[in-house]
Amino acid sequence: MTGGMAPLLGPALGLSAILFSLGVAGVLLRRNAIVLFVCIELMLNAVNLTFVALAQLHGASGQVMVFFVMTVAAAEAAVGLAIILAIFRHKQSVDLQNINLLRG
Amino acid sequence: MIASQWVWLAVALPLAGFLVNGALALRRAPAKLAVSIVGPGVLLGAFAVSLGVFLGLLGQPPHEPHIVPLWPWMPAGALEVDLAFQVDQLSAVMLLMVTGVGSLIHLFSVGYMKEDPGYARYFAYLNLFVVCMLVLVLGSNFPVLFIGWEGVGLCSYLLIGFWFTDKANADAGLKAFIMNRIGDFGVLVAMVFLWRELGTLDFVQIAGRAPEMLEPGGTVVTLITLLIFLGCTGKSAQIPLYTWLPDAMAGPTPVSALIHAATMVTAGVYLVVRTNVLFAMAPLSSAVVAGIGAVTALFAATIALRQYDIKKVLAYSTVSQLGYMFLAVGSAAFAGGIFHLVTHAFFKALLFLGAGSVIHAMHHAYHATHSHQDAQDMRNMGGLRQHMPVTFWLMSIATLAIAGIPPLSGFFSKDEILASAFARGAEMPVFYLYYAFGVVAVLLTAFYMARLITMTFLGENRTGAEESRHLHEAPWIMTGPLLVLGVLSLIGGAINLPTFAGGHHALEERLEPVTAPGAAFARVELPHGATELLLVGGAILIGVVGLVLGYRATLARRIPTASEAPEDTGLARVLNRKYYVDEIYDAAIVRPLVWLSRVVLWKGVDQGVVDGAAVNGTAKLSRGLGWLGSRLQTGQVGVYVVLFLVGALWILRAVTR
Amino acid sequence: MTEAVFYVFAACTVVTASMCILSRSAMSAVLWLTATMLSLAAIYVLLGAEFVAAIQVLVYAGAVMVLFLFVVMLLNLGHATSDMRGPAAVATTIVIAGLLAIQLFALWRYSPDRLAAEVAQAPQLSDPATLFAAGQIAREEAVARGVVGAVAAPLFQVYLVPFEITSILLLAAIVGAVVLAKRRI
Repeated sequence: MTGGMAPLLGPALGLSAILFSLGVAGVLLRRNAIVLFVCIELMLNAVNLTFVALAQLHGASGQVMVFFVMTVAAAEAAVGLAIILAIFRHKQSVDLQNINLLRG
Repeated sequence: MIASQWVWLAVALPLAGFLVNGALALRRAPAKLAVSIVGPGVLLGAFAVSLGVFLGLLGQPPHEPHIVPLWPWMPAGALEVDLAFQVDQLSAVMLLMVTGVGSLIHLFSVGYMKEDPGYARYFAYLNLFVVCMLVLVLGSNFPVLFIGWEGVGLCSYLLIGFWFTDKANADAGLKAFIMNRIGDFGVLVAMVFLWRELGTLDFVQIAGRAPEMLEPGGTVVTLITLLIFLGCTGKSAQIPLYTWLPDAMAGPTPVSALIHAATMVTAGVYLVVRTNVLFAMAPLSSAVVAGIGAVTALFAATIALRQYDIKKVLAYSTVSQLGYMFLAVGSAAFAGGIFHLVTHAFFKALLFLGAGSVIHAMHHAYHATHSHQDAQDMRNMGGLRQHMPVTFWLMSIATLAIAGIPPLSGFFSKDEILASAFARGAEMPVFYLYYAFGVVAVLLTAFYMARLITMTFLGENRTGAEESRHLHEAPWIMTGPLLVLGVLSLIGGAINLPTFAGGHHALEERLEPVTAPGAAFARVELPHGATELLLVGGAILIGVVGLVLGYRATLARRIPTASEAPEDTGLARVLNRKYYVDEIYDAAIVRPLVWLSRVVLWKGVDQGVVDGAAVNGTAKLSRGLGWLGSRLQTGQVGVYVVLFLVGALWILRAVTR
Repeated sequence: MTEAVFYVFAACTVVTASMCILSRSAMSAVLWLTATMLSLAAIYVLLGAEFVAAIQVLVYAGAVMVLFLFVVMLLNLGHATSDMRGPAAVATTIVIAGLLAIQLFALWRYSPDRLAAEVAQAPQLSDPATLFAAGQIAREEAVARGVVGAVAAPLFQVYLVPFEITSILLLAAIVGAVVLAKRRI
């Protein structure tokens, strides 16, 4: 029975889509830099869910991928938050509206 | 044939003269003596070379013209144009005439321009002119001829505006140049057509290929010949491009004699004779040529009747006589046209130089009494016979010649033209009308020339008692050339005497190899016997009548001096104002053109479209686009993220389609 | 049964994620995200990736989120004021996120059969058991070597080089974070 192989494939992928879209919405909606990062983490989690869902069919490679994603997410979060700290020290604010030094 | 090899020397000598005189002109104190030797000297040398070439040709009359190539100029694929000179009977005759009359005028100028500060510059320009004219008559193909054609136009401009500090003189020079250029456009387009149709611009090859490759009487050959004739109307001052010639009298009188009587203005006639095969193949164009010639002859003669400036009378006379030459070549009498060209050079140069002597004397007289009267106005002259007898007699000879009184040269040449026109009438009746115009013009010519002589030399002196003491004959350097020209005017007819006078049309026979291609299509059969004698007798009678009438009419009333003369009224005024042609041209052509240039082309196109829309517009567009692009660079992450996501969505859609 | 549990946790995830993006302050956003991650960990278990679930709780929710919390508290942003963008941004968000959701939602319909058919590009349905043999092998491995071993084997054999490179990546991240966040270099 093929359904037994990966019974929750469809719904899991659907959930991942929803989470990704929510993450995109959050990135577009929020002005706070930290909350922006949080929404990005949400997107990364959605992708992790996709990998795990498909790992049922494609083997352990999917789960190994999740490892790497998590590692990179951690590294990125560290560096990104450090940048936000540095900006906060200058501008006393993390409101993205005010950070427009690259304006051309 | 060996002599022909040296023909380039005839061009090189005046060129060297130009360079030497030009260099001398740049010095602060021009060396008058050196210029006086170099200027006429190179011309005499060129004349000697021309004589040698002519005599060399006499020895063995070849039927093939002798081409002297100097330099391969434009070897461009199928177009092979060499800088080459063509020595044949026609160019030899023209060579002799140009260098001969040119030498005499150079000698005359030594006396005439003696006190002018621009002495060296004058001779430099005059020498350059001779170079260009020789290149014109010696050219073996159209481009070389065209170099000379343009060159004489340039020198004409330089010499007409010789005293350029007076704006009127500079304007006259400009007018001459511009009107010439209008005509030159015709020659250029004709060259292009010839190249396209015949594949060659060489005269000998044109004469060979045209009968085979062009349809006689067809549109192509008619178009080509009409375009060539447009150039001739410009260069030889025919209707409609003649108005520059009377204005050109602003230049020194020897210049008028050389350029606007003997040489440059005859270039148009020369060109028609050179391309006689084309004109003979297009009877419509020949009729147009003859028609314009006849009408111009009559028209200009009427204007000359009421001109008071001695040079203007002679200028209109030149226009009229050129009309005769075109009447001749339009009637397929190419040799007749050249005959009149040569005799006209003699007596017209004589008339101009004589007028120059008179003006020279009048200038001296007025200068001595510090008077500001016009030295060229005939109403200020009169009775100069006592003061300048040699000039008087010589100018009278020229007057008899131009009126066509036998046995002077003018009689034979003019007679041949009228006879040719009459003969052509048998094929095309419109030529009878041209003949009639020509006859009336004979009457008018005789009249105004007699008027000129009477007003200037006869009657009582109107210059003023004080001034008349300073009137004197010109120095021998000026009267010498006059004498030579007088002799030539007397006996010049001998080169082409007709049969009834015991001759055998020597010039026509000489030129037969040159005119043969055209004669294959259109021959002129001169009338013989009773018709001939009738025509000749009639012409002589009319000429005599004209002279007598002119003399009597001028002496009938007392002539007031120029300053106290009343304004002309009625017909006389119209004639004096030259039928207001200049004013008509100005209003109809010049002003609209200037308006077009200024308003449409300058303000509209150049400033508006090119500057405004194209140049500035492009810049504005770039700035606008740049501004638009800069609006994307807000520096705000939110905007960037939106753009990023839009792009990602697009790619996603494209990939999953 | 599994499906019901899945849907419960799925609803949990969606709710917490929505609360996350709509929360007023940064602190609550971080905390809601932590809740989302925990729900996801449960779903991972249901999907047969127990080890990943454990790591998710330990590393992601336990370390990364704690880092976020530290930074939030370090910044000391004060009272929670809303930092949502204006109505224009909301409209744009709805449009873009909506389009994205619609585009991605097609994934709901995927079943192994359909995936197999698409992968094999055959008009009729292929047997996913033969096409996706790797999944079955992985399951046997998991039974044989334990859950951890099933993941560790490819990690240290096939993906050894990326694994080592990741360590360098982490080193770079550490150095970068330290340098950027220092008061005085």
